[in-house]
Order: sequence, then C-alpha cells, then structure tokens
Amino acid sequence: MDILELSRWQFGITTVYHFFFVPLTIGLSVLVAVMQTKWHRSGDERWLRLTKFFGKLFLINFAMGIATGIVQEFQFGMNWSDYSRFVGDIFGAPLAIEGLLAFFLESTFLGLWIFGWDRLKPGLHLACIWIAAAGTVFSAYFILAANSFMQNPVGYTLNAERGRAELTDFGAVLTNKVLMATFPHQIFGCFMVAGAFVAGVALWHIMRRPDRDADAFRPAFRLGAVVLLAAGLGTMISGDFQGKVMTEVQPMKMAAAEALYEDAKPAPFSILTVGTLDGSKEVYKLEVPKLLSFLGTGSFDGEVRGIDSLQAEYQKTYGPGDYRPNIPVTYWTFRLMITTGGLAMLAALVMLWSTRGGRTPTSRWLLRSAIVLPLLPMVANSFGWIFTEMGRQPWVVFGLMPTSAGVSPGTTMTEIVLSLATFTALYGVLAVIEVRLLLRYVQAGLPQLEAPADPDDADAPLAFAY
Amino acid sequence: MELTTFWFILIAVLWIGYLVLEGFDFGVGMLMAVLAQDDKERRVLLNTIGPVWDANEVWLLVAGGATFAAFPEWYATMFSGFYIPLLLILVALIVRIIGIEFRSKRPEASWRRNCDLAIVFGSVVPALLWGVALANIVRGVPIDSDAEYVGGFFDLLNPYGLLGGLVTLTLFLVHGTFFVALKTVGDIRERAISLGLRAGIIAGGLLTAFVLWTAGRDGSVAVWAVGAAVIGTYVAGMLNAVGRRDGWAFTGTAVSIGLLVVLLFAALFPDVMVSSLDPAWSLTTTNASSTAYTLTIMSWVAVAFTPIVLLYQGWSYWVFRRRIGVQHIPG
Repeated sequence: MDILELSRWQFGITTVYHFFFVPLTIGLSVLVAVMQTKWHRSGDERWLRLTKFFGKLFLINFAMGIATGIVQEFQFGMNWSDYSRFVGDIFGAPLAIEGLLAFFLESTFLGLWIFGWDRLKPGLHLACIWIAAAGTVFSAYFILAANSFMQNPVGYTLNAERGRAELTDFGAVLTNKVLMATFPHQIFGCFMVAGAFVAGVALWHIMRRPDRDADAFRPAFRLGAVVLLAAGLGTMISGDFQGKVMTEVQPMKMAAAEALYEDAKPAPFSILTVGTLDGSKEVYKLEVPKLLSFLGTGSFDGEVRGIDSLQAEYQKTYGPGDYRPNIPVTYWTFRLMITTGGLAMLAALVMLWSTRGGRTPTSRWLLRSAIVLPLLPMVANSFGWIFTEMGRQPWVVFGLMPTSAGVSPGTTMTEIVLSLATFTALYGVLAVIEVRLLLRYVQAGLPQLEAPADPDDADAPLAFAY
Repeated sequence: MELTTFWFILIAVLWIGYLVLEGFDFGVGMLMAVLAQDDKERRVLLNTIGPVWDANEVWLLVAGGATFAAFPEWYATMFSGFYIPLLLILVALIVRIIGIEFRSKRPEASWRRNCDLAIVFGSVVPALLWGVALANIVRGVPIDSDAEYVGGFFDLLNPYGLLGGLVTLTLFLVHGTFFVALKTVGDIRERAISLGLRAGIIAGGLLTAFVLWTAGRDGSVAVWAVGAAVIGTYVAGMLNAVGRRDGWAFTGTAVSIGLLVVLLFAALFPDVMVSSLDPAWSLTTTNASSTAYTLTIMSWVAVAFTPIVLLYQGWSYWVFRRRIGVQHIPG
C-alpha cells in the first residue's frame, strides 16, 4: 500500500469511528432534553430519574465524540494538505463557523447542564440542555455544508493562477441541493439511533427486571420506539429525495449503488446481485422492475444512466482514467444501510406490539433484539457514509479534484504508518473502555434521587462531580 | 486595516484564548501528579476545571478552523509539516479527555491511577509541544518553494524551540497553581500557592530568557515593548501570589501568557510561517490568505458571534465561581 491508500484508510477509520458516536450524541441530547422537559412540566419524578440515567449514558458517549473529534479537524491539514490548499477558501469557512457557532454552544452549555443541577434555577438548567442540543444540530448543518461541497461543488470559481477553488457565493454553499437533502436525512438518522438506543435499553430493563422501575422504563420505551419509527419514516422520505438529487448531480454514485452497468429506461431496483469479485460482471440477480427509475427520477419510466456509459462520458470530459467507484463496496453498503435501518423499524414495531397494554414480553428473541436494536441504526449511519464517500471516488471534490491529488505531498511512509497504527490501536482500546462503561451504567438502572442540598450550606457536596 | 491583517490578529486572539484557558487546564492536569495527596484532592483539582475545560478546548478547534478558512496555505503547511508533534498532541488530548471524563465513572483504584496517568501525560505533552511549535514558527523552519515543510521532527527540537516548549510547560504549571489557589479552599489552596511560587522562579527564569532571545532576534521596539510587558505582568502576578491575592496572581499569569502570544505573533508578522531556507519562500498574510470575499463573510460572522460566545462563556465561569474543597466532593 502506498501513502495515498494508507492516508485514505486512516481517514476512513478515524471518521467512521468518530461518527459512530456522533449520531447518538445529536439524537440523545434532544431526547434527554425531552425527558427533562416532561419532568419539568409534570413534576413526575420518573422522568427526572430517566433524565439522569440517560443523561449519564449520553455523557459517556459524548466524551468519545469530542475525544475523537479534534483529529477530524487536524487531519485535513496533516494528511490532505493539497486538498486543504485547493478548497480552503470555501471548505474552511463552514468548519470555522461550526466551531464558533456550534462547538462553543455545545461545550459551554453542556458544562452548565452537567454541573449546574444545584447552581441554576430549574427552567434555566433545562434551557441549557436544549441550547446544547441545538448546538449539536447546528454543528451537523455546517459540517454537512462542507461535505456537500465535496459531493456537488457550487458557488465557486477556479483560480488557475493560484491553483485553487475560490468562493463566489456562500449562500449557494449553504443551500447546496445535496445539503438540503443530506441534512434532514442525517438528522432523521440521528433520531433513529437515539430512539433505538432509548427503546433498546428501556425494553431490556422491562424484560429483565420487570419489578424494578418498569413504570418508568415503559414510557421511556414508548418514547424511544415512536421516535425511532417516526424518524425512520423521515429517513425514508428524505432518502428518497436524496436519491433523486444524487441521480442528478452524481449519477455515477447512483449507478454504483445499484451496480447498474448499462443505461436503463425503465431501470429495475436490484434487491440482490451476486457479481464477480472485481465487480465487473453479475452472476445472479433479483430485482424489482421499474423501481429504480421511480427512486431516481420520480417516474416509473425515467432513464437511469449506467456505469459504462458514464465512464465513457467522464473520459471524454475529464480525460483518460477510471471514474468508477468500488462497485461491490457501494452496492453492498447501500443495501446494508437500508436493511439495517429497516430492521430497526421492524423490530420497534414488533416490540411496541408485544408490550401493548402493559404486557411484559418474555421471549428470549425479543430480549436479544433489544440488545441488538441500538446497534442497527448506528451501523446504518456508518454504511450510509461509507457508501456516500466511497461512491464519490475517485474524486475528493467531485469533478474538480481527484483524491490522489489531495494527499499531503510531504507525508512520509513512517509518519503515516505510525499515525495509522497509533489511531487504530488507541481507538480500539477506547471502544473497549466505552462499551464496558456503557454496559455498566445501563445495568445500574435508574439512580435514586437524592434530596437537594441546602442552598445556604456552604459545605454541601456538589450535585455532580468528576 | 487590511482584512488579512485583521485575520492575523483574530487568529492571535484565538490562540490567546486557547493558551490562557487551556493553559490552566494543563497546569491543573500536571498538578494531579504533584499537588494532590489523595483521591479526594485529585477530585477537587479535577472539579475546578470540570465545567469549563471542554469549552476551553474549543478555542483550539476554532483557531484551527479559522486558520483553515482565512489562511489555507498556512493551515496546510503547518499541519502537514508538524505531523509528528501534532500526532503526539492529538493522542495526548484524546487520552486526557478520556481520563477526565471517565475517572470517577469507576471506583477501582487502579482505574483511577490509569486515568491520572492519562491526564498528566495528556497535559504535559501538549503544554510542552505547543511551545515548541509556536517558537519554531517564529524562528523559521525548512519550507521549500512549494510551501512544503522539508524538515523532520528533530529539526523542531532546536534550542530556541525547546526553550519555547519549556516556557509554556512551566508557565502553564504556575498558571494552574494560581487557578487552583483561586478556586479551592483549605489545605490544598495553601500548597498550591507555595508550589506556584517555587515553580514560578524557574518559569520566570525560562520566560525571561525566551523573551530576551525572541526580542533580540527581532530587534524592533514594538517587540521589545511587548516583551517587557510579558515579564512585567508575570512579576506582578508573582508578587500578588506572595501577598496571597489569588485573583490578581492568576490575572498576572493569564495576561502574561496572552502577551507572550502577542509577542510571538508580533515577531512573526507579516509572515505566518518563516522559511529558514529562503525568506522569499516564507508564507505571509497575503500569499497564504483566502480571498477577500471569504474573509469578508468570515469577518461578519466573527464580529457578530465572538462577543456572544465571550458573554456566555464568561457567564459559565460566573455560575461556577464558588471555591471547592474536599468537603464538597460527594462520596
């Protein structure tokens, strides 16, 4: 493997890992805020205990997101310096704004929320978690604006003299049609993760410890399951919209998602294709006629371009080269994203049905599903991103800069091997620590409430302490 | 004023914010090893920065993002060139975050010892390496005609760079002791001040040598004046520590660290990275900058939102203004 490939592996590993935790942070911040709001409005202490329980799990997860997040900003410059030089005029702005508008909000107000239980009036304390939650959503918007420019560059001009893309219309970057499709799709994806997490954890408690706090975990389960289903519906609708945008601006990615080699009108949707390992030929296929035409164009008779004709066209436009992404990867990640997301929704429906009217299910399969459920939308998010980033290849900025041209020219083999090995090993250890901690605190169950400290007692213990 | 100059100043401001704020976080992290005597005291130290350390670290992310947006060439050359030190800093910051956040999540003594190790390592390494990196940017590093760093890691460990690293390391330690003195009650507060005064002599000596070296290399009146102010405010902070005025002692080291950043940026201007191979290959505020259009948009965003950020971040310090001691640490 050369420096380019190792750099790509490092970006892939660190980014997929980082983003494994982020959707839970985004979605769960809102759900914890909802729980605290329910307590604030009703005074029902079950919701306060749920707030503290899920709040703790949220913070364990949040720590992983911030710990691995700094790497994300640094490695554009460290490993992709020519990319940074080429797009910095455009790409840097949303990153800087993300920090100034979103990260400061998140970090400051989460600090206030975590440590402020006995320092702030209840309404103000509640506002802190909502503001932090809003910060996470802002953050998603700006980083997706940056990513959407890589998928569909808009609002720029090429400066040949300085050899870079320059911003001409920031409004266009912030309203990029890929962004308009990806942002809702991603936010719904985050809520699927959080809903599945809350539902899975709550159902596990209901089934394993029916006589302990089931009266609190029942409404929590319903909240999680309903959020998962609603967000799943939103993910499907926004995903459908996103598919149409993708067919328009990145037709090669859509063709690769379907392993559709020849132009087709109408185009079938492939449910399963087994191809040769290099992805150049199909061996067996199962498909739904006309469905891809509908997904891609909105009409059952619309034309969807195939890989081979797009490859020929791109060679004419961009010169000789291979403009096909890795077809098996795009094809399978696209399907796995849909399958795992769909399975999560199906599981939520079954779980809602089996707990109807206060029933306590006992099926061992259902208990196992409750444990697996939180993972399903999480890996769906990962598959979706692997698909969308791998589907953009061989470009780092679609149509403007090949990935091979973006890598840092000065990086040495020693440096990249060292950093790749370090991050992989470190992140592996962190995953073990994180999972163990989460399981520990999931199993601990709802905390007992302590009487609030006397505000006049100068020696009263802190409401929360590290 | 040129927009590029404005952004040069703004990035200096972000570094000031970062190093003044996370400077004491690093100091407190180092104190976990030398000041605290038992688990309760370590928790007191950790909780002095508990509600604020994360927001302090965001200053680094914003400084990095602003450099990317305003001076992409600077960002690209610096981050790819300083690959190994930045890798070390990243690893340090990651394990430090995990140490801080997860330390009290498990009761085992061995777990907490490991977390302490992570926090101390994660504080010492960046405190040292940020000084090395900043000093080298001013001193000049081998940058070729394509704006590529062509040196290695050990080129950065020259006497001036190492001195810069020792300055930030010791200065942050002292800054941390004064912060702890300001935020705690009881025995630990007394020990913090007395450690700060002792370490402060070493830090002051290193700081003076570094300031003289920097000003001597540069030679301009402005840099000499800022250098004098760095030492003046530092000495004032120390004198206030002797007089047990915690707030003023902390203000002294805070202002001194801020002025140290001013000193380095003043010595750097109008370059942003000096090439030691050929001055013509140095990156400057003009040849490394983004377009006027991007800088204009970014300026509006910065002008509109920075005051709001300062307000709410300042408010969070106000909310958690109360001193803490071992009696406040819950079971």
